Amino acid sequence: MQLTPEEHAILKGKSGPAAQKALQILETLGRIYGAERMIPVSSVQISGVSYANLGDAGLEWLSEMAEGGGQACVFTTLNPAGMDIENYLQLGISEEFAVNQRRVLDAFQKMGVVTTCSCTPYLFGNLPRFGEQIAWAESSAVCYANAVLGARTNREGGPSALAAALTGRTPAYGYHLDENRLPTLHVRVEADIKNTPDFGALGKAIGDRIQTSSTGRVPYITGIDSASLEHLKSFCASIATFGGVALFHMPGVTPEAGSHSRPVEELALTQVDLDQAKTALTTASPDEIDFVSLGCPHLSLREIQRVATLLDGKRVTKEFWITTSRPVKGMADRMGYTAIIEAAGARFATDTCCVVAPIEGRFTAMATDSAKACYYAATKNKFKTSLLPFDDVVREATQ
Amino acid sequence: MTFSKSLSGRTIFPGTTRGTALVSRMGISFYGGVDPETGIITEPGHDLEGQSLAGRILVFPSGKGSTVGSYILYRLQKNGHAPTAIVNADCETITAVGCIIAEIPCVDQVDLSQIKTGVPLTVNADQGKITLH
Repeated sequence: MQLTPEEHAILKGKSGPAAQKALQILETLGRIYGAERMIPVSSVQISGVSYANLGDAGLEWLSEMAEGGGQACVFTTLNPAGMDIENYLQLGISEEFAVNQRRVLDAFQKMGVVTTCSCTPYLFGNLPRFGEQIAWAESSAVCYANAVLGARTNREGGPSALAAALTGRTPAYGYHLDENRLPTLHVRVEADIKNTPDFGALGKAIGDRIQTSSTGRVPYITGIDSASLEHLKSFCASIATFGGVALFHMPGVTPEAGSHSRPVEELALTQVDLDQAKTALTTASPDEIDFVSLGCPHLSLREIQRVATLLDGKRVTKEFWITTSRPVKGMADRMGYTAIIEAAGARFATDTCCVVAPIEGRFTAMATDSAKACYYAATKNKFKTSLLPFDDVVREATQ
Repeated sequence: MTFSKSLSGRTIFPGTTRGTALVSRMGISFYGGVDPETGIITEPGHDLEGQSLAGRILVFPSGKGSTVGSYILYRLQKNGHAPTAIVNADCETITAVGCIIAEIPCVDQVDLSQIKTGVPLTVNADQGKITLH
């Protein structure tokens, strides 16, 4: 791997111990994956923020990097934390957890990382343009950035994303390079895909098949005519969760699709496959549901507006969490959506989500419109799940 | 010493150490699969289940699981229960980052079939060289 004189100097400690450690990480990853050089990145998204996942080990390391003079030199935002930073007690999070979670956020803030605490940085200011080289963690956002925006990133982990933030660099391999962005498998969809659970189930159907196949990991998906931002964010979360997919192309929908030709190798998916994926994600019987959740990935303002419309004048009968980012919540507050939703008895869990909050075993069964949320509810939190259309999830909460 | 044999590999993180091999033929998930306080492997059904990697030269094909696993190696190093070196067939991001932040010597691209549990080893990660004694 060719390093510049400046990179050699950073490796020798010229910019302090944190930058030195960061460049060691990047140089080693570059050697492992055969990169020829480092490239500059202009945007970073860091994962590994919840104290529930980091534990004392992660907290110690982040604190050491902050004390070692680590400073983000490109615009860097942060994944969801383990709690709503302002409203954690009402959500049943302990003071002890809160103290440690705040320490994690303090370390990031000290390093100049913007503590957005959201999986949807592209909704408020961290929005890379087509072709931009970036270093993002958070699998759903990685897939959204690569596929929907046409930016270029590998699937970074927490430490490698932080390393990119502190040096403004990443090794040039994988999805940064043209040759690795070519589609490898044509997925022909012959099913009616119209709402978020449909897109989520499609992500699972493709993801499950791609994971066990050796034909490649960049699907070229036909049969979808249109998709909203909310559809795509749900789809990206699902196909990344179930298949580890970091990039797909969808003619007529994603910006790079037109520059590639359709791969010969084909996988056809029918309505039966879609229905099977949905059935697999619905393990709860309707009378078992005691938890309702929307916001995986974090809700957009348009989705919160819809929740407010549906809940106006109603009363929820079950614990109902709406997970979103602080900036989006701020607009919901101004528009009066928050007041309507909270008057109905639902709760905002801002800055956090049901995947990373410490809620294991607290509920029996969760209703949601997100295939990704179903996966983590079952594997991490030991809940049964019910995958429903968005409006039906809200209705479930009031039944 | 009547017999010694050398294997060569690639430097992931430098350093030199001598110790006893603990060999797994399976992937290791440090997050969820290893107790961060004791270094005991807890993954049910793992071929090292119940054994401690503390103070051993840990030899296994490749890491797996969550990227949070890197922090577990760091935690083990801080509390004195880390392996003294790691030898892999194919080092991936989680193990590599863990070794860098915890400063554990690490070598990969090594023919692991030559190494058995209990064998005394010298790992010279600076030169990517493993010596079996």
